[in-house]
Amino acid sequence: MLESPAALTLARLQFAFTVSFHFVFPAFSIGLASYLAVLEGLWLRTGRETYLNLFQYWLKIFAITFAMGVVSGIVMSYQFGTNWSVFSDRAGSVIGPLMAYEVLTAFFLEAGFLGVMLFGLTRVGRGLHFTATLAVAAGTLVSAFWILSANSWMHTPAGHSLNAAGQFVPEDWLAIIFNPSMPYRLAHTVLAAYLTTSLVVGAVGAFHLRRDPGNEGARTMFSMAMWMAVLVAPIQVVVGDLHGLSTFEHQPAKVMAMEGHFESHEAGAPLLLVGLPDQAAGVVRYAVSIPRASSLILRHDANAPLAGLDTVPREDWPPVAIVFWSFRVMVGLGVLILALGVCALVTRLRGRLYDSRLLHRFATAMGPAGFVAVLAGWVTTEVGRQPYTIHGLLRTSDSVAPLDAPAVAGSLMAFAVVYLGVFGVGVWYLLSLMARAPHAGEPGPEGDPEKPTRTAGITPGPATDRLRPTGKTYAESERS
Amino acid sequence: MNPDLAIVWACILAFGVFAYVVMDGFDLGIGILFPTLRPGVERDIAMNSIAPVWDGNETWLVLGGGGLMAAFPLAYAILLPALYAPITAMLLALIFRGVALEFRWRDAGHRPFWDFAFTVGSIVAALAQGITLGAVLQGVAVDGRSYGGGWWDWLTPFSLLTGASVLVGFGLLGSCWLIWKTEGELQARAYRRSRRLGAGLMACIAAVSLATLFLPGAYYERWFAWPKVLYTAQVPLLVLITSVLFFRSLARKRELAPFLLALALFLLSYIGLMISIYPDVVPNDVTIWEAAAPDRSLGFMLVGAAVLLPIILAYTAHAYWVFRGKVGTEGYH
Repeated sequence: MLESPAALTLARLQFAFTVSFHFVFPAFSIGLASYLAVLEGLWLRTGRETYLNLFQYWLKIFAITFAMGVVSGIVMSYQFGTNWSVFSDRAGSVIGPLMAYEVLTAFFLEAGFLGVMLFGLTRVGRGLHFTATLAVAAGTLVSAFWILSANSWMHTPAGHSLNAAGQFVPEDWLAIIFNPSMPYRLAHTVLAAYLTTSLVVGAVGAFHLRRDPGNEGARTMFSMAMWMAVLVAPIQVVVGDLHGLSTFEHQPAKVMAMEGHFESHEAGAPLLLVGLPDQAAGVVRYAVSIPRASSLILRHDANAPLAGLDTVPREDWPPVAIVFWSFRVMVGLGVLILALGVCALVTRLRGRLYDSRLLHRFATAMGPAGFVAVLAGWVTTEVGRQPYTIHGLLRTSDSVAPLDAPAVAGSLMAFAVVYLGVFGVGVWYLLSLMARAPHAGEPGPEGDPEKPTRTAGITPGPATDRLRPTGKTYAESERS
Repeated sequence: MNPDLAIVWACILAFGVFAYVVMDGFDLGIGILFPTLRPGVERDIAMNSIAPVWDGNETWLVLGGGGLMAAFPLAYAILLPALYAPITAMLLALIFRGVALEFRWRDAGHRPFWDFAFTVGSIVAALAQGITLGAVLQGVAVDGRSYGGGWWDWLTPFSLLTGASVLVGFGLLGSCWLIWKTEGELQARAYRRSRRLGAGLMACIAAVSLATLFLPGAYYERWFAWPKVLYTAQVPLLVLITSVLFFRSLARKRELAPFLLALALFLLSYIGLMISIYPDVVPNDVTIWEAAAPDRSLGFMLVGAAVLLPIILAYTAHAYWVFRGKVGTEGYH
């Protein structure tokens, strides 16, 4: 079998496509699981039925999101082998155990308690049900911990040695798990997931407030989401800056690509706002820049010298244009998110949070912004690591399986058709759930009004005794 | 390298894969049998019986994939490219059936379509898993530390036979699950179907066992070497005894016993497979010791597995306990 460049490109496309699709779902479900835990906690504490209604409302959305996350995630755990077998042989002893811990500590926890969380409110006590919700929320965070540790190790490998077969061998697990970029990446990604969720929740709340400003559920979720945005967005700016400085220390070429710095600057490098990077010529065309600002950001000194890609061998350059632009998309959206949070706070202080049409329109438009920002940030960091899979140590072209281009082309097409079709429909279902306003007596996943409601008696006696009658909401079944 | 550590991990992964077969086998089986259930009440009951547990079941598959990469990276790197097509087909099929489980409740208008997707996904996943098993048993071409064969090497009469066998076997598990979890007409038909599928599975076990002996490799030796045959011969004997008990439990209209005895048949077949393969992980080419990750990886994971697997089994059991008993139409979905 010949290893063709076409097969490599196709394998990279397939991985980028499947991992990007997958990433969207956890980016939402991490935040949503925590939000559900907060809602249930508030309901248990205050007894306010609005919290229960919101819990049931978002639980239905969570069920679909989580299912899509699970099935798109299974693909990932096999794709390392099918398409990146050399990487797996070399790095499996280091990366593999981190992923095994993710499965053992997080996936089983989530899956084991998800059934109880979704369908168990009437079957187990409130305390146990809340425990299940907390377990699922904790599971999503633990999962993020391990997978981002594995991912960070590929950016800033540490704590390993190489054996005779060219395999990475673990030497110090703590150094591997808490590798240099891991704390920053973890904080940055989890905050991004929280912001993404708060933008979706805020957009849904705003959407329903525009139709019915008195809707209690819409008011509560909108208020909560806007608090989240104004509190978390500034923290994210600080964490993002720290993450950038850590990248600058360990992966300077990535930061040079993000900044569009092909040339070194002796004193005071400019900050390029926009421009068209030309990789072949090594220049950024039509650049609009602020003098010395890049040195100020990266070195905290406007006159500091800053090295450019001209100090890096060309074969080690990442694709500059992709990194340059995806970074700008992320930062641009980050600024807008911060602006939304501030606007909401100002409107709130004026006492007009629930009837400012302009703010509601802004918040509705920002609904998808978190997803776009998360994906753009992901592209920045992953493409910025190229041409390596393990930074500085293993090249992407040396990681790929002995692949046959037609085989990969076939699988890529199949993935594209299935993902776009299946997940497209899934997103449609999510949107149609969100289009319904939250209301009193909101049913959970077990009592959805769209489901066929049947009278007891079709199945003989004992079955119905153990299960509550259909169509009743939790509140109703409590009363009866 | 500590040879015992590799053995321990081989056992843990073997257990994980079997746990997957035990748990996802019946819910794939429900999907396989779905066309034989009447639209409406029967299908809703069947679906409700697996809704709370299916993604926990599939987590064992993730453990299988991730665990193989972590504990036996060389085997993972050789086997997965060799199985490119069946693995990809399985993953796509699992996506279809996984989302179909959720989507069918969201969209009554397209429920027939999602039920169809659920069935096709379940059938393709079961077939692909069986084909994968056959393709591993018949051996793959190895070139250095990589797969050295072609893209259709996995497709042989033998792998198709194992594919069909797993399909029949999962169908039987699904059918026995319905006996346990349902009542009335649906249960009565599940009894009749289990008898036919049970006979089918017997034929499949016999055919695969015989065909395995004619595969290249040490299979004949591993089964019939004297005095080892005294031990290995117990396996087919136990299969016979279990199948007699199985058909008797159907005749006596037991509710749980058929499911447990069908699982026992799976366990015995699985032990048979272990006898055939051990101590290789890539048959005829790579042993578990050659493929094993360094001690530091295996030891690090063993701490986690030893503490966490019992806890996982406990709360998985709890989840099944919460949703115990017969399933009604209203269900808890």
